[in-house]
Amino acid sequence: MDFWRVPLDAADVFVTKGVVHILEERCKGCGYCIEYCPKSILTFSSRFNKKGYHPPMLTGATDCVNCHYCEIICPEFAIYSVEA
Amino acid sequence: MTGKKKQTDITPAHPLDDLIRTDRIPHIWCPGCGIGTAFSACLSAIKRSCENLNNVSMVSGIGCSGRAAGYIKLDSFHTTHGRAIPFATGLKLAKPDMNVIVFSGDGDLFAIGGNHFIHAARRNMDLTVICVNNLNYGMTGGQAAATTPHKAKTTTSISGNPEDPFNLPLLAYAAGATYVARWTILHTRDLTESISEALSRKGFSFIEVLAPCPINYGRRNKEKSLDSLKLYQEKSIIKNGADPASVDLDFQNGIVLGTFVNRDKPTFYEKYKMINGLD
Repeated sequence: MDFWRVPLDAADVFVTKGVVHILEERCKGCGYCIEYCPKSILTFSSRFNKKGYHPPMLTGATDCVNCHYCEIICPEFAIYSVEA
Repeated sequence: MTGKKKQTDITPAHPLDDLIRTDRIPHIWCPGCGIGTAFSACLSAIKRSCENLNNVSMVSGIGCSGRAAGYIKLDSFHTTHGRAIPFATGLKLAKPDMNVIVFSGDGDLFAIGGNHFIHAARRNMDLTVICVNNLNYGMTGGQAAATTPHKAKTTTSISGNPEDPFNLPLLAYAAGATYVARWTILHTRDLTESISEALSRKGFSFIEVLAPCPINYGRRNKEKSLDSLKLYQEKSIIKNGADPASVDLDFQNGIVLGTFVNRDKPTFYEKYKMINGLD
């Protein structure tokens, strides 16, 4: 999520950190996680998986806030995040 | 040595892996299909609200959504077309403590199984019915269904569907359902919460889940899977407690989502026990 300015209480807010795990062989490349990641840290990779789809890859691995949205929107059980 | 190291490298599994038959994954649902997300929300809800997983079972009918019963690693049954609710009714009456979930599609529950649905709702059977509504008969090639919107193109209505679709929440409410909700797969958190509420309450609960069908419905209506999700994002209006008669699916002016009905009525089994003095 992009802010048009830094929130005034940004320094006081505790932001959780997460690590994203991608199970590439399950991915079918629907792009839901990429489109709806609030931090926009996922993108299609140029690699192919076994079924010929492009699985997502991380562009800013340290930016994940562990919101789990990729995990719950993924129809393939192919991506999840855990607390860092 | 290297082999051992490799095993520890294959790290943790998906948090829902203990509830799915991982040997059957990847599942047969098309890329972008919403059933997987609805199924995943259902599994999370089961995990959240059911303590004893041996006491949970899932029943499905025929169709794409019917495959769910084969992917869940709990007691489940894949019934004949339209007969998921009668099977679930029998299961519930034989094992009244069991939490029975019916996970099926719009064609199975409302076209061929329409009568079973209304009578289970009338009797107030203690079931949780999750209907994945993808607006057409997806598995058989995208024919017009009882839920296909007016003017939508399908393989059996190439110049537009002349019929009006069912308003599923109104149908469920009118037949006597005690919990009626509608969500889309984009509103996954609300959906999970709703399913988990439905699982932990008594009575006939019905949840409609709008899901994209990019291959059979979307392709003929110029709607890719991400377009469907954007439509859900832009057009949805959350109105809890809205009158079910006013929640017709209208993709132009707004899709009303929310929990529409939440009322208490004695269930069939309670009334049966009372009449027959079994208490």
